[in-house]
Amino acid sequence: MARPSAPPLLALSGVFKRFGAVQALTDVELEIHAGEVIALVGDNGAGKSTLVKVIAGVEPADTGTLEWQGRPIHIGRPHDAQHLGIATVYQDLALCDNLDVVGNLFLGREITRIGVLNEVEMERRTRDLLATLSIRIPDVHRPVASLSGGQRQTVAISRALLGAPSLVMLDEPTAALGIEQTAQVLDLVERLRERGLGVLLISHNLGDVKAVADWVAVLRLGRNNGFFDVTTTSQEQIVSSITGASDNAVTRRAAREGEL
Amino acid sequence: MSIPGGSSAHGAERFTSAFGRRVGGGTFGAVPVLLGLLAIWITFQILNPHFLSPRNLSNLSVDIVGTGMIAVGVIFVLLIGEIDLSVGSVSGLASALFAVLNVNFGMPEPPAIVLGALCGTAVGFVHGFFTAVVGVPAFVVTLAGLLGWYGLMLSIMGAYGTINLDDQGLVAQLTNYYFSDVAAAYALAALGTSGYFLIAWRDVKRRRAAGVPTRAPVWIAVRTGVLAVLAFAAAYVLNQFQGLPLALLIFLAVLVILDYVLRRTAYGRMIFALGGGVEAARRAGINVAWVRTSAFMMSSTMAAIGGLFLASRINSVSQTSVSTDLLMNAIAAAVIGGTSLFGGRGSTWSALLGVLVIQSIASGVALMDIQTAVQFMITGGVLLLAVVIDTLSRRAQRAHGRA
Repeated sequence: MARPSAPPLLALSGVFKRFGAVQALTDVELEIHAGEVIALVGDNGAGKSTLVKVIAGVEPADTGTLEWQGRPIHIGRPHDAQHLGIATVYQDLALCDNLDVVGNLFLGREITRIGVLNEVEMERRTRDLLATLSIRIPDVHRPVASLSGGQRQTVAISRALLGAPSLVMLDEPTAALGIEQTAQVLDLVERLRERGLGVLLISHNLGDVKAVADWVAVLRLGRNNGFFDVTTTSQEQIVSSITGASDNAVTRRAAREGEL
Repeated sequence: MSIPGGSSAHGAERFTSAFGRRVGGGTFGAVPVLLGLLAIWITFQILNPHFLSPRNLSNLSVDIVGTGMIAVGVIFVLLIGEIDLSVGSVSGLASALFAVLNVNFGMPEPPAIVLGALCGTAVGFVHGFFTAVVGVPAFVVTLAGLLGWYGLMLSIMGAYGTINLDDQGLVAQLTNYYFSDVAAAYALAALGTSGYFLIAWRDVKRRRAAGVPTRAPVWIAVRTGVLAVLAFAAAYVLNQFQGLPLALLIFLAVLVILDYVLRRTAYGRMIFALGGGVEAARRAGINVAWVRTSAFMMSSTMAAIGGLFLASRINSVSQTSVSTDLLMNAIAAAVIGGTSLFGGRGSTWSALLGVLVIQSIASGVALMDIQTAVQFMITGGVLLLAVVIDTLSRRAQRAHGRA
């Protein structure tokens, strides 16, 4: 699979991030194009979440170059990322259990007229959004506490999509889900790609990665450790790249081919 | 989901499915407390035929107002998942301040009333500051408030002992004035019923225009019908005695306004959001510290206003105005009425229902001339039952989510 030649949605290069004595990210680079799903994989502590936080503006990079659609940009706080059109769904979802689906989707950005909620308009937009994503929620007025884990995840992702972002970052969206629910969420990820969004998917599950991702970016000890085309790379190669057992002539050649 | 068809069979089916969903989803709403209230009324009526007399019911409707006002404020704090133990002391403090300013310093009533209420607001701000900004658990902050504000009230009252209020004054009229014209109570019933219907109907029209599924018209008709029966029955009973009490009118107005604030405004949504997940609220950009503080300010302000109604009922303020019963009754009323102790679920109407249950028990026990010990035991049992229902419904909801 060839990568498109248009400037990438987001390009990072030479990103460094240090927390006290810990060098979390060292000279990391990454390119995300529109209409691509990039899986970000790596062992615990490899710097996946740190990289997501850098992009989301929660923990800005110490140094590094970020380009958005070819233009150099600076992301210093979450607002900057949101303004560019970068939406992040964290692992803990951050939903209010007692509010219904509509309430959660619009939490903090309710449609109001002189302080009074416009429930009808919010519900209409919720239904439109869920319909375009082919998400089936039995009742948008049910508190999200009574939804299944997969449905909660889709609500959280829908919430991120409400601002019409161009890039969506998903932190372990399937970690706590059963098989059927995982399938629902992966379907949703594919639909995001079909709509032309860039998706950065953090996952521990290489099965999921092989199923939906176009490219796999491996981080190891805070450094890039390979960028693979999912269709031509075996799971073993990815695993050995994650664990560091890959540092031999064969994998170096494979990695080089992947980058070319 | 399709746009509503409107055939009555379809409507009835949606009516039952909506009911099933509520029970299945773990929100029983007001059904348990209404059944409980009915059981209490029937029991006391059998034991004493004077219980459901217009005189007793009319007195009941005025007796509930003071504690009910305090309970409404407590609901704001319960909704954000906190507790306010100081409401009894604050209500005493506010009424003491009012009485001293008005009677002993000769300040006219309106400014004295406003100062009394604002004193509650200020107290709430202090509680909110220590809870939301400093981060001390609300339980401890308001426990300190319970002691501290009681002490302040004693020191204000210290020199005077008991202060009798002006019989003809504004505060005295709060619970002593009745709209004796028969039309008043019926007009209020008609206004409430038609207002409810018009708002619900406008909602249906707006939803249809936007192509969003609506509540079944049958559902609106049933609810309007039930409301009409209750409202006109209450009006009829009140007119058998002295007419519509001013206190009840004010209480109902406060309930309607605050219910609107909680359910229909962005501010109310923030209150609920805090009760459902502080972290989610924070990430959604809600100013958590401010919303928390405002809930404590609501609680203490309503406690102060409730204190004025309680003072009005006995036409005096004394050092014994603050009883531990008051605090317990206000919190118990909110919980019995269906507001969750776990935060995030509830409505201002639970103050009305809960305080009706508590005052009905008190009134029934008083009529039968049995010891107040029995009253405490019954109220305690009812409170426990209410919390059990709250806990079970919460658990049912979680189980529903996992299924």
